[in-house]
Amino acid sequence: MCIHWADAVRRIGAAAVASMLALGAVHAQGYPSKFEFGQPASEQEIAVIAIAIPADGKGLPSGQGDYARGKQVYETACAACHGADLMGVANIPNMPAGASLRLIGGRGTLTSQKAVATVESYWPYATTLFDYIRRAMPFTAPGSLSADDVYAVCAYILGEAKIIDKTTMLDAQTLPRVEMPNRNGFISDPRPEIFK
Amino acid sequence: MSSSDSDHIDTTARALEAALARIGESITEAQAREIAALEDCECKEGMFALATSRRALLSVASAVAATGAAAVLPRPANAKAPPGAVEYPVQADSTKEQGRMMGVDGGYGSRSQFETEVRWANPTKTASFTPMQSGYGIITPSGLHYERHHGGIPNIDPARHRLVIHGTVDRPMKYSLADLKRFPTVSRTYFMECSGTTGGELMRANQPTVQRTHGLVSTSEWTGVPLSTLLKQTGLKPEAAWVLAEGADAAVMTRSVPIDKCLSDALVVFAQNGEAIRPEQGYPLRLFLPGWEGNISIKWLRRLEVSDKPFYTREETSKYSDLITKTGKARIFTFTMEAKSVITFPSGEMRLPGPGFYEITGLAWSGRGKIARVEISTDGGKTWGLAALQDPALPICQTRFRFPWVWDGAPATLQSRATDETGYTQPTHQQLIAERGPLDAPGMLFYHMNAIQSWGVAPDGSVKNVHPLG
Repeated sequence: MCIHWADAVRRIGAAAVASMLALGAVHAQGYPSKFEFGQPASEQEIAVIAIAIPADGKGLPSGQGDYARGKQVYETACAACHGADLMGVANIPNMPAGASLRLIGGRGTLTSQKAVATVESYWPYATTLFDYIRRAMPFTAPGSLSADDVYAVCAYILGEAKIIDKTTMLDAQTLPRVEMPNRNGFISDPRPEIFK
Repeated sequence: MSSSDSDHIDTTARALEAALARIGESITEAQAREIAALEDCECKEGMFALATSRRALLSVASAVAATGAAAVLPRPANAKAPPGAVEYPVQADSTKEQGRMMGVDGGYGSRSQFETEVRWANPTKTASFTPMQSGYGIITPSGLHYERHHGGIPNIDPARHRLVIHGTVDRPMKYSLADLKRFPTVSRTYFMECSGTTGGELMRANQPTVQRTHGLVSTSEWTGVPLSTLLKQTGLKPEAAWVLAEGADAAVMTRSVPIDKCLSDALVVFAQNGEAIRPEQGYPLRLFLPGWEGNISIKWLRRLEVSDKPFYTREETSKYSDLITKTGKARIFTFTMEAKSVITFPSGEMRLPGPGFYEITGLAWSGRGKIARVEISTDGGKTWGLAALQDPALPICQTRFRFPWVWDGAPATLQSRATDETGYTQPTHQQLIAERGPLDAPGMLFYHMNAIQSWGVAPDGSVKNVHPLG
């Protein structure tokens, strides 16, 4: 049933499929195309959990924060693992290696076998920093920072990385406009590779 | 038996208990020796011992010799059963008294108390590795399936769990587990592999055993609802091109998935090997994207947001992207796990008792389809012979291979090389490095490392991880 349908999808491509889906046109004998299971999800229910922020910043919450406030947040919530110098703390039990916790530095190293990939040297979008801190940090209390505090700690990290000025106020308008140094550092997957 | 024998058994049992209490830490040779000493089958002694040193093996041999007959070592009353087992009294003669009544296990069986294989967790406790060296067939027991967590293992009440599908859809929906189980389901046997598997083996032989080099790959039968069925319920707006999948763990783990994958073979699964998926595999619900790197099959799945663009989440930009040091650019959205294989017997830290016949065996898999052939070399890649593939050789599934070998006692280097049905053949380390550039940086992983693994056999029969770059 579903598999024939999936095979058809592969052949004709996703765009055509979307319109077919809308028409409910493809289904196998004996199986309905629509099922009565599940409930409509209300806008309110969705709003509670739809926290992902894409690169254009759509969905960023109101609020704002700057370097000075961010420094305070960082020292309270972040420095224990990421280090007062943002270079990562080594040898914390049950935590990733210090190098993985490093947030800044590493520009110009990506062609080296000793590459240092940090927010500063590697991350393509500042919105990702906001998204990740808001959803998963700090480690001991994920999802506990206010929108203001997340904007502020982003401003602190990006300020220490010399990507933005220490006077920049980050909010839903300014954050997506931050130009990350490695913005153009990513390419699509060329595999399968042809090995010589 | 003498009191010294009894002391020895107590000592080893305590050592095992201590070792098991420390699961996740690296098992030292000393601990491994103690575990090996508890193994009571002579045929296994040596070949499967974790310990590598001759002295360690001699200590096992002398312990066995000291007890006279090695066949049955009574276990002390205070012994603790290994994980997944229940300790029962060992009968002096099991033919002369009734065995235990059925039902004492409460209705859910456990493995033998004599079986001690466990997952090995890395020091940061973020990943655990399947003991491939002692696996049989192609199915990984659910309790030995590899793990990779980004925020620990959440404990979720299935009655309260919902999957919400929204975004650029016509009808945003939420589904309970009961709802999802009413849809037509499919079961498929698929491998899953972490894209970081063997990443640490690129530049040098790093880990000692096949569990620790390759153990971030496992195979299960997965059952669930095709994601295409669910997206058919919500409908898709014409601009729908990507789907963000999000978990209900502390990392609220997110990945962006192209819509064509969602509409082809993607599953939303609630069962693994015939029962509910294990908590560490995403209970009560996970995404399963066949043939793709494991982390994108989001566990504890709570939300699917259809969109016109990818979200560039942390787990698809800062991690799980592949830095090509040759150019300084990183490949992004590198989903497919390419063909790969590894010999699981003989493999690192085993020891062959002496020259003679051995059946080389191992596993091969490809995210692009079926394994077409596996070749074996016993001379470090100078000559190759075809291995037998055991049926079934399923698409996107581990395939068991076997190859007869008579070891003459001389040094040997054992390799396996898989080719999948697309014609792609597993590369060498040198080929991968030439294509992508070297990478040897703390905190950075060379993802999608699928080079040919080598196991060196020394004249004394010891087997170790060896590397073509020395």
